[in-house]
Amino acid sequence: MEETLAPKQTGGLFHRVGLFFKPVPLLGYLLGFLACAIWEQSAGEGLTVLLGLPKMPVLFGLLTIFKVLAGIINFLIKGDAFNWATWVYIPAALVYLTVIYLLPLAIVARAVVKPANALARFLQRFPLIVTALVQLGLMYAVLHVWAEMSDYRLIFLKLTLIAVLFTLSLNIINGYMGEFSCSHPGFMAIGAYMSSLFTVGLFASDKVLGEAVFNVSTAYLTFPLALIFGGLMASMGALIVAIPSFKTRGDYLAIISLAFLFIVKSFFENMQALGGSRGISGQPDWATLPVIFITMALGIWTINNFVTSTMGKALNAVRDDESAAEAMTVNTRKTKMTAFLFGAFWAGVAGGLLAHVLRYVNPAMFSVQKLAEVLAMVYFGGLNSVYGSIVGAVSISLLGEALRPLEILKWIVIPLLLILVMIYRPTGLIAFKEFDVRQVFGPKEVE
Amino acid sequence: MPLLHVTDMSHNFGGLQAVSKYNLSLDPGQITGLIGPNGAGKTTIFNLMTGIYRPAQGSVIFDGEELVGKKPNQTASMGLARTFQEMKLWRHMTVLEHIKMARYSKLSYGLLGAFLDTPKRRREERYTTELAMEYLQMFAVDQFADQLVVNLPYGAQRRVEMARALVIEPKVLLLDEPTVGMTPDEMMAMIEVVRTAHERFNLAIFLIEHRLRVVHELCQRVQVLVFGQVIVEGTPNEVQNNPKVIEAYIGEQEVDF
Repeated sequence: MEETLAPKQTGGLFHRVGLFFKPVPLLGYLLGFLACAIWEQSAGEGLTVLLGLPKMPVLFGLLTIFKVLAGIINFLIKGDAFNWATWVYIPAALVYLTVIYLLPLAIVARAVVKPANALARFLQRFPLIVTALVQLGLMYAVLHVWAEMSDYRLIFLKLTLIAVLFTLSLNIINGYMGEFSCSHPGFMAIGAYMSSLFTVGLFASDKVLGEAVFNVSTAYLTFPLALIFGGLMASMGALIVAIPSFKTRGDYLAIISLAFLFIVKSFFENMQALGGSRGISGQPDWATLPVIFITMALGIWTINNFVTSTMGKALNAVRDDESAAEAMTVNTRKTKMTAFLFGAFWAGVAGGLLAHVLRYVNPAMFSVQKLAEVLAMVYFGGLNSVYGSIVGAVSISLLGEALRPLEILKWIVIPLLLILVMIYRPTGLIAFKEFDVRQVFGPKEVE
Repeated sequence: MPLLHVTDMSHNFGGLQAVSKYNLSLDPGQITGLIGPNGAGKTTIFNLMTGIYRPAQGSVIFDGEELVGKKPNQTASMGLARTFQEMKLWRHMTVLEHIKMARYSKLSYGLLGAFLDTPKRRREERYTTELAMEYLQMFAVDQFADQLVVNLPYGAQRRVEMARALVIEPKVLLLDEPTVGMTPDEMMAMIEVVRTAHERFNLAIFLIEHRLRVVHELCQRVQVLVFGQVIVEGTPNEVQNNPKVIEAYIGEQEVDF
């Protein structure tokens, strides 16, 4: 009798795969991915030729697959010519993905379980910072080796890391505090413009901002200052949205914040001293991968520290019941102000990085489409969750790139996916999950 | 000098006189009750004292300080804690987080401490967790510490709410119908909880109740509020036999002796 009532323990394929990888710590995956990246450097070229692919797949073969699919769709809709021989690129790309990434990752990750766990356990004896630095260093090495293969990868990776920071900073307001703020691209714009003003104005010669004030070779050391300046100015801008938030909530605040976005955009469009609608270009090439990686890590660290502290949990209390929060001694004004200013600060920093990756900035970059993109990342990944923001930003970036060959159809596929997620998981993929750094970097205990 | 002294407090919503010339004085260690039919303005009095509404007239002196014009978080930090009739728990937060949250005003690590995870923050958070666990044990809800509060049984939720208000270390506790919607057994358990809290912290408690039974068990003094005015004040026995009270309560189902 009892046996029939007990839930089935042996699940499907997913369950078994999950069980297979359960004892693998983060360190194991990092080593696995490092092996993939190195393996690709030595064998990728040869395998590409062997499989008859036109050129080496840059994004795990996804781009290759969708290029073929886009060709078919264009043939069906518009009657464009389609070379049916390219069909074979799909299985070829899948083989490439399996041989270069999936198999080595699975084998290495699983093979190093014991030493990786032992190392993680050993590292855990030291203060947390040691574990974090070692594993983040390894993570950086992995990304560096992977991105080395092509410029496309490098810029994709840079933009993705910036998107992670930007998404997480919006999650503070929309997820943790539960206000629907639409002003985030505006904060990003302020950060991008102000940090450009700092770097281009002082250290580069430019048509809009004139000759360089200083001419020093070590000027790139001031880049953190430029980012902080951009972030702080974005925080100042956030005051305009934070103060109304004391009195209004919900739809009304969403409208106010949307208005703020339009004000910022048209301000920069009409500000001829900042280049008007053409914007500023010629930013020095200071936003390198390590700079972006470190900034993102710092951003995630401080944001996670904040939202796991009792002071940061006050955001949740304000979201779930503001009057109860107030009755339990929570200073709700200070809490709201902090959420907006802190979120805007990191959005501004992300903007500063973006401007220096693209090496131009103009008002059109911060349109409603940017807002839709970041909202999709936040809500797809999951509210109130650092994991969610990372997953959301990475998967939407990856999807956006992979679906690029579909052109306009991309904006049908991604929203459809978002709708599906909202139906089956209304708060996003990984919502309301605490990001415990010790656990993330720690060993996985196996029974 | 009483701990809490309300003089001639009045308030109106539009044309409706919700509370008129209300007076109250609470001494340390005393349990006082406020009863009255639905819509008499009992909760409004709580909201006026704690700063959710600002009274149109009158003054509220607490521990020698004027409360009128202060915000709810300020009055709570000063030691005037309250519970809510509908509990107002935070649905996405665990039981432990609820209790820790009420220590907000006692935290001194500041925003930078929160952002940078300073040793001071870690120390304070550890202390707060320990303290919160003590309070959870006191109210026998420590086994739920890491659960979301919405998953708890009703009685346990009520106890969590009590613990959350008490961890503020208040001098006066305002309880808004702590036994609403309870079975007689649960009600008796709640009376015990209030009594324990009272003895343990030597609080002044001011409670709104619908059920005279609870008032009888707990209060030394009772006020009867009808249409925003106190019609009778005295010991539970005096109040119960007062003809005015009986008249006000006729037709009220909630009277159970």
